[in-house]
Amino acid sequence: MTLFGFFKSRATAPIARERLQILLAHERVALGPTDLIAILRDELIATIARHIDFDPDKVSVKMDRTASFSTLEIDVEIPCDKVKTSRTPLIPSAEASPA
Amino acid sequence: MSKIVVVTSGKGGVGKTTSTASIGVALAVTGKRVCIVDFDVGLRNLDLVMGAERRVVYDFINVARGDAKLTQALIRDKRVSTLYLLAASQTRDKDALTDDGVERVIGDLRQNFDWVICDSPAGIERGALLAMRFAEHAVVVTNPEVSSVRDSDRIIGLLDSRTRRAERGEIMEKHLLLTRFDPTRSSRGEMLSVADVLDILSIPLLGVIPESEEILRASNLGEPVTMSPASPAGRSYREAARRLSGETLPVTIPGEKKTLLTRLFGRRAA
Repeated sequence: MTLFGFFKSRATAPIARERLQILLAHERVALGPTDLIAILRDELIATIARHIDFDPDKVSVKMDRTASFSTLEIDVEIPCDKVKTSRTPLIPSAEASPA
Repeated sequence: MSKIVVVTSGKGGVGKTTSTASIGVALAVTGKRVCIVDFDVGLRNLDLVMGAERRVVYDFINVARGDAKLTQALIRDKRVSTLYLLAASQTRDKDALTDDGVERVIGDLRQNFDWVICDSPAGIERGALLAMRFAEHAVVVTNPEVSSVRDSDRIIGLLDSRTRRAERGEIMEKHLLLTRFDPTRSSRGEMLSVADVLDILSIPLLGVIPESEEILRASNLGEPVTMSPASPAGRSYREAARRLSGETLPVTIPGEKKTLLTRLFGRRAA
């Protein structure tokens, strides 16, 4: 074991290979071939920021893929006092005009 | 029919410029008209590696903006008559290159050359995206080292999404060029093997360039290794260039030492 252990301790390539395989399996899903998650994240932040003051770093967008379906998980942390309470309607329309 | 190739990697210092110069020379010595183009705005170096640093008058941005004609900016190699260089600008303004400007210059080059080889800057910013934008082939330069492999994987994702070809639903041809490979260390299990990197990145292998002292010597002299007939690294680059041209050649790894020790223990450790 001591002689073999000497050679074994130098063989770090299998460790590198395994670490890369795990990391890239993760990153390929997260980044996707089209950076879909990054695009979704940016657009969601822009939309939410129009109505709520919040920290963009507290937005998490995850996509998980299984053989049969994918799930999109959006997690936005909002401080309790930051929801904009303006009286102007979010979507200006005829219904909102005073009678 | 001319071919537009981008030499890219994500990570810096893996050998993009060396590979662009070496493959450019290897293709041009066969009589093909080749233009190597430096996309590294602000940090140009292809001119230096080609030994043409004192001959740059006009650059890519001058041509893209219409301040100079393409023929004025192209630098003809003094050793290989069918090889030309288009240098990058040394301006600090990274936004000086535009999509339209690059498309126009690449279009003009396409009219005049069999091969246009674009040396990408490192990173995944604008310059790197512009370098790959109009290419049909990509040479992904990778070292057998974790950070380089990871960055190459990221670049492959961008090649499949952010290029003109990808947007049109056409195939972006990607080729792996493994550089700075040490067969002895790999056989001892100290370095990722060629098979490991191929397995992880899943793109076809263009060539394996052995770690070599000749590479530094070549850049010191401004004379790519493919100009020396005897150089093992030069031979590997020449073979890679032939594969890029469509030839089928078995990949050889020069300098692979089969000592008794590696025969006995190398495979077991790997």
